This record gives sequence, C-alpha cells and structure tokens, in this order.
Amino acid sequence: MIHPIPPGTRDILPDEMRELRRLERALLDVFEERGYGQVATPAIEYDEVLSRGDRRAAATAYRFFDERGELLSLRTDMTVPIARLVASRFASVEPPLRLSYLANAYRAVRPQRGQMREFTQAGIELIGASAPEGTAEVVEVLAAALDAAGLDRAVIGLGDADLYRQLLAELGVEDEQTGESVLQRLAAHDLVGLEAALEEVDGIGAEQAATCLALSQLRGGREVLERARGLGGDAVERATARLGETYEALEARGVADRVRIDLGLLRDLGYYSGAILEVYDPALGHVLGGGGRYDGLLKRFGVDLPAAGFALYVERVHLAQLEEESRRGER
Amino acid sequence: MSGGRPNGEGPLRIAVPRGALLGETLDALDAAGVDTTAVRGESRALIFPGEEITLVTMRPSDVPTYVEAGAADVGITGKDVILEQADRVVYELLDLGYGRCRMVLAGRKGDAKLGESQRRLGMMRIATKYPRIAERHFEATGRQVEVIEVKGSIELAPLIGLADGIVDLVATGRTLEENDLEVREEIVECTARFVANRVAHKLRAAEVDALMERLREATAK
Repeated sequence: MIHPIPPGTRDILPDEMRELRRLERALLDVFEERGYGQVATPAIEYDEVLSRGDRRAAATAYRFFDERGELLSLRTDMTVPIARLVASRFASVEPPLRLSYLANAYRAVRPQRGQMREFTQAGIELIGASAPEGTAEVVEVLAAALDAAGLDRAVIGLGDADLYRQLLAELGVEDEQTGESVLQRLAAHDLVGLEAALEEVDGIGAEQAATCLALSQLRGGREVLERARGLGGDAVERATARLGETYEALEARGVADRVRIDLGLLRDLGYYSGAILEVYDPALGHVLGGGGRYDGLLKRFGVDLPAAGFALYVERVHLAQLEEESRRGER
Repeated sequence: MSGGRPNGEGPLRIAVPRGALLGETLDALDAAGVDTTAVRGESRALIFPGEEITLVTMRPSDVPTYVEAGAADVGITGKDVILEQADRVVYELLDLGYGRCRMVLAGRKGDAKLGESQRRLGMMRIATKYPRIAERHFEATGRQVEVIEVKGSIELAPLIGLADGIVDLVATGRTLEENDLEVREEIVECTARFVANRVAHKLRAAEVDALMERLREATAK
C-alpha cells in the first residue's frame, strides 16, 4: 500500500543516507577543527521569537497552536534560533563565540524546483567579531568547507547589503515604498523593471539611474572596486571601502581567489547588513548556500554584538558533489 | 531537487522560443553575431550546437523552467510568460522590444455582462490562459473574479456563456474583432525579454554580459 507524504518532504534511504552522512561529517569536522562547537535548538519556537529576528522569513513559516493556545513556528533557518540562544545562554560570555550546526529548517515554499519544504543546513555563526576580520574568518571556514566537500570549482560571491539602501538615501529617495520597490527589483535582478522603477522616482535623473543599473552589473575580481569607484558617489565610496578591507583580509588569509566581488548581490533576508555571501558551483543552476553579516540581529534579542555566518544547503551540495564526481570521471 | 547540468562548461546554452517569437528572435541573434542558419533549416532537431553558443529550441512557456534550473544558461521569452511564472527565479536582463503585444480584458461587443455580473453577483467570471496575471490584476484593482483556466481558443468562452469576459494576449486585435469581442481594459504591455540563470549570470559573467550588450545593440531602435 502507498501512503503519501506532504509535498516538499521526502524519505532518505540508506544509499543516499550513507553519502549524506559522509558529507555532513566532512563539513562538521571542518567546523570543529576551527573551534566552532556544534549546537542544536528545537525545530519549533515561539512565533514571536522567530519573527523578532526576521519579519520577511515569517511569510514562509509553518505556524500552529500548541495545547495552551500559544502560536508556534517551525524555524526557517538556524541564524535566528542561534541569536535567541546566544542572548539567553551566553549573554555574559566573553566574545567572540563560535557556534556551528547541522539542522533541518522549514519553509512553506512551492516545492519541486530545487527547493524542498524541509531541508538540511550546515553552517556556522561567528558572534562578537566585527568586519573585516570576522567576515574574512567566516569566508575562510566556508572555503574550507567547500574544499572538504570536494567542490574545488565552487565560487563565493561577496556583496554589500547596505550599498543600495545608502545609495537611495544619497539620491534623496525618502519614501519607503518607492525605496522598497527599487530594492526588490535589485534583489530579483529584474533589470528591465528596475529601470522602469527608477524612472518613476522623483529626483533621480537618467544619469543616476544608469549608475544604479551599471553598479548592479559589476562582478568579478578586485578590479570591480575600481570600476565601481569610477561611477562615483558617497555610498559607493563607502561600500567599496568596506569591500576593499574585507578583500584585503581575505588575501591575507589566502582565500581571495575563491571570492568574486558582486555589487549586484542582494539577499532577500531582512537581517543582513554589510557583507553578504552566496555560494555557486558551475555544475548546479541553484545557489548552494549563503550568508553574511547581521550586525543588528543580536540587538533585537537584547545583546549588542556584531555577527556573521553562513549556511550551506546540504542536499544541494550533495547534488553538486555528484555532478562534479561524474565530471571528473570518478565513477 | 531538480538537477543541474553535466559540467557547466562548454558553449553557452541559450533557450530559444519556438512559435510567434521565433522569427524575430533569430533575426536578433543573427544581428548579435550568433549563427542561426541551422535553426532556420529544415531540421527537426531541438538542439543546435555551436562553437561558443548552443541554441536550444523550446516552447516559450518552458524557457523560464529550463533557465531557472540552469539547464539553459540564458534564454529569450515573452514578458507574459515571465509574469505568469513570476515565482520562477530568473534574472530579467534586457527588454528586446520585439514581439510587442498587450494583455487585455475583453468582453463581447456592446454586452454589459461584465458590469452586470460585477454589480448583481459581486463577481465576474473570467476565462484565461494566464490565471495568475488575471488574478493579480483583479486583486490589484479591488475586484473579485472567478478565474476559469482554459487551454484552447479563449474567444469561445464568452460567446457560449462559460465566462463574462476573457484575459488574453492581443497582438493585432484581429482575432477579437472576428469573434465580436472588444478590449475593455489594458493590463500590461508585453515584449520579448532576455533572461539568465542566476548562477550562470555570476559564473559566466563575461559571456552573458557580452551577449547581452550585442543583443542590446542589435535590438536598439
């Protein structure tokens, strides 16, 4: 008899499980070696706690009531639960704190397009270390994790979450709704829509709109920062300075060649500030993971500490592993 | 989990829409320096390999699917398709300007049914091939509708009483005219767009940007 399971979920059978376990062990070993102790948190949390961390992710959360009528949510990532954990359990510990996790998270998305509703994330959080050194350490661990997974062609995109917010402020866009519609199009990389949206904003001339569009297209090595500076403006100057410092710290750690600077990078999670990261492998059309800085997140839980981290989607990393293996003719 | 591609190397793969957009798409690609002779021939193949660019032909509505998954690196399709599949993650990089048509709400000529239903029943019945575009339009304009998805000739629906009106794509308006229908509202104007896979846009940046610039020049008026 066949008994169905909910869409976006799946069973894992021994052959796959063996490979997943091997991958997960390799990732956890990297985290442990670098001093990131593993933690676990409940899959269910009070909805109030999760939406305190990220109002936008709340849109895709699974919610239900417990027997006392309390509103509960399934976690949509591990960053917010760990912020909650740090605030309640480690508030008086001398920073920096290094924590790692391997956990399932849940999002009520449309399944069957490279995204499941239940998925596994492996990642780290570095709390209490600010930019650029804190960011560089996170990228270094990420690069080591990708190596441990055998993804030697994988690339880490590095962008800046504050660039466009500051640029819009500089251009005098004060209306929140207008700003939001521009940022949304930037995040979706809808250049046609972006051009139209910019045209409608009062005070933004054709030249400034062209600058904004050109910025979002800049991606590559260090030379990108020079080209961005050429486009001018205070916000660009500050963002490229931040990125430049981070890039130098990455060079000092010997991982800069894994990183591609991308001024068009904008993640749609609400809590990012400063550096943002995304992971790609040429063998897979989907993003393997992401992360960045969220210096304001811990403050929402009452502890004012800078923080950064990343999460890899374990199932996608496994998929990329398979593609890379068959490419190398290992099977 | 949908898969990726065998290796992510080799020629850039471009998804080319068959059907109404094909002719102008091939012209634009030619002008951008992409050899399309093979596609223009009698061959019934679907894949046309080239040195730098491989052309893959498919239904326009499949283009976002292939590009989102990375099976094609870039593609060309209509804005109507992109709007209808708004939840697919593809980067919309360029308005190619051709294939211009309008998404409209149409009803029978001189027929008050749309307004009547709205007034007396509180909602209209709308037949369409674009249920999500239709739903979004009526939601945004504060009207309640029953959207009926049909696959074939939409014009039939209001003529024999399946629906009060239709939401459909109109190029010349001749089909509407022939079926005694008229445009009541314009929803959005649609043209062909150049789209890219998110990962290809990052990892094959130089090739994607170069093709985009050549297409921009080729289609600029």
